[in-house]
Amino acid sequence: MTAPAAHHPAGPLAPPGGAGGLAEVFRRRYLLRLLLRKELQVRYQGSVVGLAWSYVKPLVRFFMYFFVMGILLGLNRFEDFALHIFAGMVVLHLFTETLGAGTKSIVRNKSLITKVQLPRETFPVSSLLVSAYHVVPQLIVLAVMALVYGWHFDPVGIGAGLLGLVLMGVLALTVALFFGALNVFYRDTQNFVDTISIFITWSVPMIYPLERIYAATERGALPDWGVQLYLCNPLAEAVLLFQRCWWTPAAEDSATAAREQMPSYLFERGFISLGVALVLLYLAQRRFTRLEGSFAERL
Amino acid sequence: MSPSIVVDGVTKEFSIRSTRTLKQRVVKRLRGEEVVHSFRAIEDVSFDVEDGESIALMGLNGSGKSTLLKLISGVMRPDQGRVLTRGRIAGLIGLGAGFHPQLSGRANVYLNGAILGMTEAEINAKFTYIIDFAEVGRFLDTEVGHYSSGMQARLGFAVAIHTDCDIFLIDETLAVGDRPFKRKCLKRINDLRREGRTIFYVSHNTNQVERLCKRALVLEQGKLGFDGPVHDAIRHLHYDEDEDPDAGEV
Ligand SMILES: Nc1ncnc2c1ncn2[C@@H]1O[C@H](COP(=O)(O)OP(=O)(O)OP(=O)(O)O)[C@@H](O)[C@H]1O
Ligand SMILES: [Mg+2]
Repeated sequence: MTAPAAHHPAGPLAPPGGAGGLAEVFRRRYLLRLLLRKELQVRYQGSVVGLAWSYVKPLVRFFMYFFVMGILLGLNRFEDFALHIFAGMVVLHLFTETLGAGTKSIVRNKSLITKVQLPRETFPVSSLLVSAYHVVPQLIVLAVMALVYGWHFDPVGIGAGLLGLVLMGVLALTVALFFGALNVFYRDTQNFVDTISIFITWSVPMIYPLERIYAATERGALPDWGVQLYLCNPLAEAVLLFQRCWWTPAAEDSATAAREQMPSYLFERGFISLGVALVLLYLAQRRFTRLEGSFAERL
Repeated sequence: MSPSIVVDGVTKEFSIRSTRTLKQRVVKRLRGEEVVHSFRAIEDVSFDVEDGESIALMGLNGSGKSTLLKLISGVMRPDQGRVLTRGRIAGLIGLGAGFHPQLSGRANVYLNGAILGMTEAEINAKFTYIIDFAEVGRFLDTEVGHYSSGMQARLGFAVAIHTDCDIFLIDETLAVGDRPFKRKCLKRINDLRREGRTIFYVSHNTNQVERLCKRALVLEQGKLGFDGPVHDAIRHLHYDEDEDPDAGEV
């Protein structure tokens, strides 16, 4: 060891633990990287199919939606029905996986949190990154599927897809931070989150197209403001942006599809949603910092 | 000299909930019983530790020693008062935190090191020292889950004790490992002390405390009951009256 004989710490006296927050997670990204690697290594150890499980589960759900909703209930009477479902699933998966894992992340790591001083946001962030890691192979499958359906390159669509993915990521991190902290104090949070996950699946244009919402309004089954309310949901907005990237460019007449199947002001809505999501993320982080003070004693 | 730890009027309160479910809570409320009791584990404690000082923290079980250490390391926040520290904090607290039984010894050294705040370069530089210290070289690529409990403890110990720090907190008896290992640990802690690092040592072992520290604090039910020379602290605690069961230990 090469420590100097006279050891004098530099810097001012400060409360232990540093600034904290998401910036601290980024500063200690080596730790984040190792925790992430551990998570991925450990998750599939001793399982024969390994990482393939991350394909199998969404695939099973996909076929369930396809046959039950599409074929049996006849929802498949629109163009590229299967592609529409799958594109929606891929981007929504990022959210639901992060929400589920992020909510449990703090409680799951209680042995660390009660003993060692480290940025606790690391655990929700790591949940997001694990989910993002699993989205990559799904995106590849989606791209192949889209090509089979006649997808063609569309720069506007790519922009929409990226915006949708970023929006979804910010929303996912927001809920992971918020519910992760809340779960320390109320373990009911886990069950609550599982329940709303079911609802989320049906609240976005994935299994049915946006058209159906408009049609319901015209029939009088939904009030006029129902459509606006539906479109205010930032999750629905993110899914629509993703559909604009993968689904409408595969249509026979893709220009018409992009005009008619998408709401007006798609991008404006997207950027506003992103702004709102960032404000929510900031608030969730502040809330997290407040609650974090009593994590160690309540775990 | 300048202080490296300032504890100023610190109080830490725990709320103890006698109920876990909503139903129990409602029933208790209706009966007019208290649902949440608060309990002061640390009460208005103040002291300074000088840079490079070795200080012992003593007291009976449940007197609040570990809680005070968590306040200093930043794992917990005080309810009143403030804790200020200077420099990097490490220590023998929660040894082997984050060890994963399915990962190899090597992977766990890196993971545990990163958890304790080491950078990649730092772990690389110290890796061989850590392995030598723990003496688990042959089992480096074996899953830690297959280590004996003593070996696991040694590995955790070795990583923690090689963390570069200004303040070193010890809250675990050096009872892990066999006798030669214990001796090695004490020697290493002594080195840290001689290098001028601040050492904060929680122990019931009067021999070790006398050997390592000049000054001692005594906690009594969360209050600072004594702050002064080690010998007087031991007398204050009446630890000198009867035969020390640890006497003769390293
Ligand atoms: N998270 C917590 N919630 C409620 N009470 C707690 C919590 N942590 C500690 N306590 C209580 O605070 C008191 C002090 O505990 P602490 O662990 O600091 O004692 P200690 O001096 O380290 O004891 P020991 O010598 O056994 O290690 C105890 O009465 C304990 O029950
Ligand atoms: Mg203790």
